[in-house]
Amino acid sequence: MVRRTNVVLRRIYPIAPRDLEQAGTVSTHVRRELLALGMNPDVVRRASVVCFEGEMNMVLYSQGGRIILLVKEDRVEILFSDHGPGIADIDLASQPGYSTAPDWARELGFGAGLGINNMEKNSDLFKIRSRVGEGTVVRATILVGVPFF
Amino acid sequence: MKLRDIAELLDAQFITGEDQADREVTSAFAADLLSDVLAMVKDEGVLLITGMTTPQVVRVAEVMNMGAVLFVRGKLPTASTVAYASGTGIPLLATRRIMFETCGALYQGGLDPARRKHFPVDHGTPDERGS
Amino acid sequence: MQLAQIAADLGLECLVPLEPEREVRGGYCSDLLSDVLAHTQPGDLWITHQRHLNVVAVGKLREVAGIVFARGLRPSPDVVARAQTERVNLFVSPDPAFEVAGKLYRALHP
Repeated sequence: MVRRTNVVLRRIYPIAPRDLEQAGTVSTHVRRELLALGMNPDVVRRASVVCFEGEMNMVLYSQGGRIILLVKEDRVEILFSDHGPGIADIDLASQPGYSTAPDWARELGFGAGLGINNMEKNSDLFKIRSRVGEGTVVRATILVGVPFF
Repeated sequence: MKLRDIAELLDAQFITGEDQADREVTSAFAADLLSDVLAMVKDEGVLLITGMTTPQVVRVAEVMNMGAVLFVRGKLPTASTVAYASGTGIPLLATRRIMFETCGALYQGGLDPARRKHFPVDHGTPDERGS
Repeated sequence: MQLAQIAADLGLECLVPLEPEREVRGGYCSDLLSDVLAHTQPGDLWITHQRHLNVVAVGKLREVAGIVFARGLRPSPDVVARAQTERVNLFVSPDPAFEVAGKLYRALHP
């Protein structure tokens, strides 16, 4: 069916590295967009949490990039892509408690090593690709449930 | 428990949202680490007890649909964070008490701990995970 | 109140129970090491979500009665080993920090 891939909404948000004043705002925008579409609160919550974790990771560790929100009829997709530094061992980085966070990030309440794991747990489909020196792309998909008829 | 009762129990002040003093919070969650809040809280309308006063605290409270934020240890958020919270409608309170006493008094006052998420959270450290 | 009694009352799992008769004078609940360094008192039982190696050093420095990792967070074996050598009592609770603090407060202020 062609309808299944119809894009209902597309938003692109740039992310600046180390911008701690703004960090988290994209997630609040995403939440409001999804609420405005009348989506199920559980879907909105999961998408918002995934977005928040991804956004914080990009702000804290990446050299900047962008977050793309795609709402399709049966799913919410959030794409995170950054310009580096890349993740050498994705399996290791995904494990709860593993963190490369510097002390300043921990003192801000981040860097407990739960981020990627929490993103994965709140997503129905989750994929990370990364190349050291180039960047990381994460695609998180939350299924809306029974597809629209 | 109503925010009004919480404020009274802890000598807490409303920083914003005093007009919602009759709002009920369902349960409470205490942490400074926001990753823990994002990973753990399932309920809505939860009272977040924290010593962190960064703008991210209010944004996390917003995306998690929390009932109110209670800052402990006498720390106050910046004016821009307060203004942002006013816009979201999430009440902010502050007490000079430490987090331990705050939790103790609210727990004794009958406020329940927030329930965990429905998925099983892996508490294992990386090296224990294979089991 | 003695550490062993509190561990029993609160249902704590003992990871490094070196001083069961140590007196617990209060509690402190924090995930910020700078805050713990500045504000804990000797004999406090410290409840936290942090579980990296620095936690043991901070606990030792402030002479806390013990460290409780909340909501089932398990420290890695190197943290446990460090606590053994530094002689810091370590515990895990399945309860969230709010509840651990609540129960400890109730035990200390009946």
